[in-house]
Amino acid sequence: MKMTGAEIIVNTLIEQGVTDVFGYPGGQVLNIYDALYKNSDRINHILTAHEQGAAHAADGYSRATGKVGVCIATSGPGATNLVTGIATAMLDSVPMVAITGNVPCPLLGRDSFQEIDIVGVTLPITKHNYIVKNIADLADTIREAFSIAKSGRPGPVLIDVPKDVQIAEYDFEIQPVAPKIPLPKAEQSEIDAAVDMIKEAKRPYIYIGGGAAGLGMGKEIMALAEKIDAYIGCSFMGLSAIPNSCERFLGMQGMHGHFASSLAQKDSDLILAVGVRFSDRATGNAAKFAKNSKIIQLDPDFAEINKNINVDLGIVADVYDSFTRIAAALPRAKHPEWNELVGSLKAREADLEKKAEERAKGALTPKKVLDIINEKKPAHTVIATDVGQHQMWAAQYADFDGPRRFVSSGGLGTMGFGLGAALGAMVGSGDPTVLITGDGSFGMNLNEVATAVSYNIPVVIVLMNNGVLGMVRQWQTLFFGKRYSNTVLGRQTDFVKLAEAFGAIGVRAATPDEFAKAFEDALAAGRPVIIDTLIDKDEFVLPMLPPGGSIDDIIVNKEGEGNE
Amino acid sequence: MSKFVIAVYVDNKAGVLTRVTSMFTRRGFNIDALTVGETENPDYSRITITLDGDDYMRQMMINQMKKLYNVKKVEVLDDAPITRELMLIKVKNNRETRSDVLDATNVYRAKVIDYTATELCIEITGDPTKIDAFVKLMEPYGILEMCRTGIVALERGAGTLLNK
Repeated sequence: MKMTGAEIIVNTLIEQGVTDVFGYPGGQVLNIYDALYKNSDRINHILTAHEQGAAHAADGYSRATGKVGVCIATSGPGATNLVTGIATAMLDSVPMVAITGNVPCPLLGRDSFQEIDIVGVTLPITKHNYIVKNIADLADTIREAFSIAKSGRPGPVLIDVPKDVQIAEYDFEIQPVAPKIPLPKAEQSEIDAAVDMIKEAKRPYIYIGGGAAGLGMGKEIMALAEKIDAYIGCSFMGLSAIPNSCERFLGMQGMHGHFASSLAQKDSDLILAVGVRFSDRATGNAAKFAKNSKIIQLDPDFAEINKNINVDLGIVADVYDSFTRIAAALPRAKHPEWNELVGSLKAREADLEKKAEERAKGALTPKKVLDIINEKKPAHTVIATDVGQHQMWAAQYADFDGPRRFVSSGGLGTMGFGLGAALGAMVGSGDPTVLITGDGSFGMNLNEVATAVSYNIPVVIVLMNNGVLGMVRQWQTLFFGKRYSNTVLGRQTDFVKLAEAFGAIGVRAATPDEFAKAFEDALAAGRPVIIDTLIDKDEFVLPMLPPGGSIDDIIVNKEGEGNE
Repeated sequence: MSKFVIAVYVDNKAGVLTRVTSMFTRRGFNIDALTVGETENPDYSRITITLDGDDYMRQMMINQMKKLYNVKKVEVLDDAPITRELMLIKVKNNRETRSDVLDATNVYRAKVIDYTATELCIEITGDPTKIDAFVKLMEPYGILEMCRTGIVALERGAGTLLNK
């Protein structure tokens, strides 16, 4: 059937199973928006307040559902506004397709109005990108983009379509959904080698990351931990892969990781790393990382083997297949000394938390906020965050009851990510969604409250308000002699009135009781709510490994004390 | 640190060279020379890259190149590939030095391709070490200008890179 390029774009999206797209119209995507209008019964478009919000929404949609998120923007500033969102998805390996319009081909390269070389701009922050100058290539390019975005190690793909290509006509035939390109299976000799190494281990630690979380293989990981008497820790990106109720799960390790998880990793003699990339925030000083452990790394991306940390065995293959074959071949094992050691680490961690609680004297601490959220949130709740102290508190204390329940910018650390991502996650999953944010991050993209209101997406926004840029301020406290350069906000924003101005509900909470009531009411409101949650500006994210330090340099309390 | 030569088959499409070279900048790989041109197959171009680096850098560079969608094949050429480079060099021409320059040109099987009263332009092809030696030889006579192509390289024998 003959169709215009714009109709081909929309029909190919529908063909690929896309039901929701996020975007913002403009001069060079008018034709695409016309095609969206005509197909609005088959594909839902959500208009955000800013293209950056659309990119983060597509990203959050993907993180919460596993589907490919899609965003659309016009040429020039529309396209460049997507950049931070695309980079965020790239660093966290999130499958996403971004479609941008551009000026007609004959005007390319002439600095035309709203012309930008977005393919050039996004070259380093996409898994792959295209400019389609020939209508004959359009549908297949979109199909290939979906295949690339979701295959192997996922990532964002951008397709730039000049306006004359959107207008031109060409034949369109529906095709099947583009398949994931299967990864090769590991050689039996590799599996055998891994099995032999794990059999030798007395203190096994399974270390999981975003790669494992994305595959939803929590059950298999927990079963193996049980079988070989191992403990499980995760990177930031691995959160929510294992429910916090699992006894063998020690939580996140790394710069702000759980005491027991980081120390157990250090004390282990074997690390089975599943879908992790050994980021500097996770390892600290790479030269000192896990010096006493043998490391086996399972990953789909060969470029991650020996990139940051040298491993003893790297298996580049289908991670789920490698993991389950290794697990099946391993005999049951018991390691009582290891249980005892980890038990003592957990006790020490509990003691640190108890002391912190005593010191808080019933105040509304960040941990208290998370405790109340954990207690009151319904099953399957998605927790999204922005970036900063609140994000680390959420990573440390939020309970997750299933995979894809944690939506947060790990690799890029994008302040302003949370609200757009929370909206995308809620639209995609249909599950209750709580955004935990801070007054710094929220200030960056709070315009998306308008989007939440206009589409009535009843996200609960827990705004941890301390009047400062807390994470940077924490570093200034510890490493810059308390010289608080530009981290004390001194703003007079009334977030309750702000919520009301947007047509949302606003409420303030300064005590645990007030917060508990506000949170319960917010969940029941059926409308977007901002809870202006007042916390102390001197709260620290602890424990902390100083930048460039190792686990031996861990700081466990505000006095800057180390372990023991 | 050692010098090595990498041959890369890429799609013969606009922008592919940028994808490869911008990755080098981004990842901090510093290359000595790069040549690119058509191959026996019009669908592909062949990029030849020469650089100094350690094993870590070499492996990272190969891995990151293989991840690019338009890169079809990456191969570090074995220890003794056939390597050739072409140089054009402009040297001062005067009565005192002319015969020495021409003798050297003959011995190196180079060619004089332009001759004026004040300059000689010489074309020389060969292994990069031969070119280096020729440059050194010409220095005392006064080099006015020179440009080198960077090396192209093939492995010896009947095998081909694409079929490897």
